[in-house]
Amino acid sequence: MTDAILAPNLAEIRDEFLAVEERSRLQLLLEFSDELPALPERYREHPDLMERVVECQAPVFFFVEVDDEGVVHLFATAPEEAPTTRGFASILVQGLAGLTVDEVLAVPDDFPQMIGLSRAVSPLRLRGMSALLGRTKRRLRELG
Amino acid sequence: MTVDADSTSTKFAAYAHPERLVTADWLQAHLGEPGLVVVESDEDVLLYETGHIPGAVKVDWHTELNDPVERDYLDGAAFAALLGSKGISRDDTIVIYGDKNNWWAAYALWVFSLFGHEDVRLLDGGRDKWIADGRAITRDVVEREETEYPVVERDDSVLRAYKDDVLAHLGKPLIDVRSPEEYSGERTTAPAYPEEGALRAGHIPTAQSVPWGKAVAEDGTFRPSEELDAIYRDGAGLSAGDEVIAYCRIGERSSHTWFVLHHLLGFEQVRNYDGSWTEWGSAVRVPIVQGTEPGEVTRR
Repeated sequence: MTDAILAPNLAEIRDEFLAVEERSRLQLLLEFSDELPALPERYREHPDLMERVVECQAPVFFFVEVDDEGVVHLFATAPEEAPTTRGFASILVQGLAGLTVDEVLAVPDDFPQMIGLSRAVSPLRLRGMSALLGRTKRRLRELG
Repeated sequence: MTVDADSTSTKFAAYAHPERLVTADWLQAHLGEPGLVVVESDEDVLLYETGHIPGAVKVDWHTELNDPVERDYLDGAAFAALLGSKGISRDDTIVIYGDKNNWWAAYALWVFSLFGHEDVRLLDGGRDKWIADGRAITRDVVEREETEYPVVERDDSVLRAYKDDVLAHLGKPLIDVRSPEEYSGERTTAPAYPEEGALRAGHIPTAQSVPWGKAVAEDGTFRPSEELDAIYRDGAGLSAGDEVIAYCRIGERSSHTWFVLHHLLGFEQVRNYDGSWTEWGSAVRVPIVQGTEPGEVTRR
């Protein structure tokens, strides 16, 4: 665990997970999974623009944009039959919403371990979320 | 209390142990019957929560069947606690189904069999076909009353092979159920799957390559007996009385083949080597063959 100060959305998500008992955390993850927004039109027709998170078992693709105000926008897609991966992507899409490049880069790499899912989901599966976070940061460094 | 076998299918009747499968029609008609517990087991830990067969409970291979520390399965006490918590009794009929052609369902069935749970069956076609056929699924949380499942120690001696067993077995039939790319040594993981850590690539000498998915038809149901014979007897050269060991990467895909060889084709002595390539491909001084040919056992 790290003592770094979490961005408000991420802190809220973490608190939400930690506030409920373990078996309810999967239900919460399911809610996130259900909430993963559909890709904007411009990416739906251009899968070639998306990067694959090869560390995930399920095919999950993402794209990062930085707008004129320096705010990061993360888009991700994963199939319906991979709800865990969808849930992970949705947590990051919501948790990183509105953050600047520097703020995203400052998100602790072990955030996926901070939300109390290690036992319910397993550390191996959590690697998928770590990989998506890591790849998002790498993309931002490349853009910068 | 067990429930009657599904005797409605002529396809099943040609298998060695037709009582190990049920059709979706049979399951739908028997849902809720005392003595029957339906278990869903998927690759994704959350897939069950997105919708499952009414009344089914979930068993997750990763968080529930594996020991969290050592690379092994849970022990007798933990298995008893697990099945008790799911409301399963020792004499219940269990029907397991899951995603990806029952890949993980077959794995769960194999683990349950290590503990000698007698009546455990698969739903032919699994989760995907159930849904594709438009049958009911629900997100309702299932509450089953806990049971006292007896502590029965796991018996690895009959259905499970360790690495040393495989070394001693060399010269007898081995079935490698991984993808052709993994078999030849082009890669160490299934296409589109993450690296799970094997230092060397290839296959165990003399192993026949029969990717596990060949045993199922396009709709996810098991192929009829004569087609399975063509694949495993004519194709891979197995014959009655053979002792066979199947392996893959961590033993899950080969559970599926184990089910086919043992329960559908009736081979009496079939073991699953769950150490599989992630052990063999990293072990020191074990023989490995690369390329598309099975290769030979060379003594050294």
